[in-house]
Amino acid sequence: MVAAAELERVARPVPEGKLERSLWNIAATVVDPEVPVLTIEDLGVLRRVSVIGEHVSIDITPTYSGCPAIDAMRDDIVSALASHGYPGATVNVVLAPAWTTDWMSESGRRKLQAYGIAAPAPRGAGVRGAGVNGANGSGAAGRRVSLGLGIHCPHCGSMHTRVLSRFGSTSCKALYVCQRCQEPFDYFKDH
Amino acid sequence: MSVKQRQAPTGIMTPELIESEIAGGLVATDAVATYALGLGDDALILAHRLGEWIANGPELEEDVALGNIGLDILGHARSFLTYAGSAWGKTEDDLAYFRSEPEFRCRQLFEQPIGDFAQTIARQLIASVYFDSLYRALMHSTDPTLAAIAAKATKEVDYHLDHSTQWLLRLGLGTDESAFRMQRGLDAMWPFVDELYRAEPHRAEPAPSGELGAELSAQLEGIAVDPRALRAEFDAVVPRLIVDAGLTVPKASAARGGGRQGIHSEAFGPLLAEMQVLARQHPGASW
Repeated sequence: MVAAAELERVARPVPEGKLERSLWNIAATVVDPEVPVLTIEDLGVLRRVSVIGEHVSIDITPTYSGCPAIDAMRDDIVSALASHGYPGATVNVVLAPAWTTDWMSESGRRKLQAYGIAAPAPRGAGVRGAGVNGANGSGAAGRRVSLGLGIHCPHCGSMHTRVLSRFGSTSCKALYVCQRCQEPFDYFKDH
Repeated sequence: MSVKQRQAPTGIMTPELIESEIAGGLVATDAVATYALGLGDDALILAHRLGEWIANGPELEEDVALGNIGLDILGHARSFLTYAGSAWGKTEDDLAYFRSEPEFRCRQLFEQPIGDFAQTIARQLIASVYFDSLYRALMHSTDPTLAAIAAKATKEVDYHLDHSTQWLLRLGLGTDESAFRMQRGLDAMWPFVDELYRAEPHRAEPAPSGELGAELSAQLEGIAVDPRALRAEFDAVVPRLIVDAGLTVPKASAARGGGRQGIHSEAFGPLLAEMQVLARQHPGASW
């Protein structure tokens, strides 16, 4: 459980100070515009809140380098803080440490599943490709991408599912189809 | 040029903020910016080419896949160009839209036309293997901003590399027609491999600021990755994949190259015209 607690501390570095904590809680209400059941806190996208004098500064991190949702999140954080009496907040986009789906909260995973999107498998726990062509592998190719086995269909719960494409409707999702209920679904791919 | 010193990353790095650093007076040195500009241009131009597949893919899933890969790579370009521009008081958009052809520093592989789907896969395979080894090395750069961009990018490139590899095998081991096209695509892209693994130029050509760059190699010690050191991985991985796909490793000799010095191939002008026309006709346009 030490590892889980440490992971949670990295995923959601909630500040100590009372003011900072209340500002964190306001920012934490902002949702991902593409997956509106998840807050930026659930995702692990909310990284830091700091106050210098009257000025509030928030750090967020993108899920993927090119994710356009980051601009909407930035605007929504500024609006949320302004509506609670903290106008003019600055939102910074930080790249390090690099975001991972392992930062997604347990409640986030449950909400995602209920919303019809399969939650990401833990990174490192899933089966990784041993290389594209046999046990020996082919150098770099394919060895670090999950084979995506054992992804449950969020509709019927079956594990009899198949990847259609590792790239889906947004950067963070892959497209799957359930072999039992025949429904296609999104998988929030482990990253 | 005065540069505020930052702490090197230790363990979980204190989030360094590219934009606010710049706002706070932190800028790349001219040498680092010149290096970042080359990497940013490679990514920007490849992302543009991938974008040409949107609504043109052989199937909907591939439209989406190539668009997604392009979006990731555009993200890398934006980070590199924002950082590069900090040295010269320019934004990412200034650099993307208001430079002329000889001012671009992309290597020539990235500007080649998309061709058919197989040719795009051939280019993407070569590019992904290159980016994979480049970014995994650049993660250890002593420059925290470059290291952070690379650490983020490398996870995304994992998926890109997997995508290209799967398609190489599928097309190579598919029908006679798909194998013929995959081979043709590899043959067309092969002359541009060599340039990827040449040393970064020792002396920068005139930077966008107009100043002549200093000797880059000495100033970039520990910061930049020497591409020559990455070639062995390409040679260990790609020929074997090609053979596994039932195809022949091309023997074409290397193209002249020169992208890092601003020398580009014929296809680059039309690409640039299309990419820049809106920003130039309507400066400051937004939506």
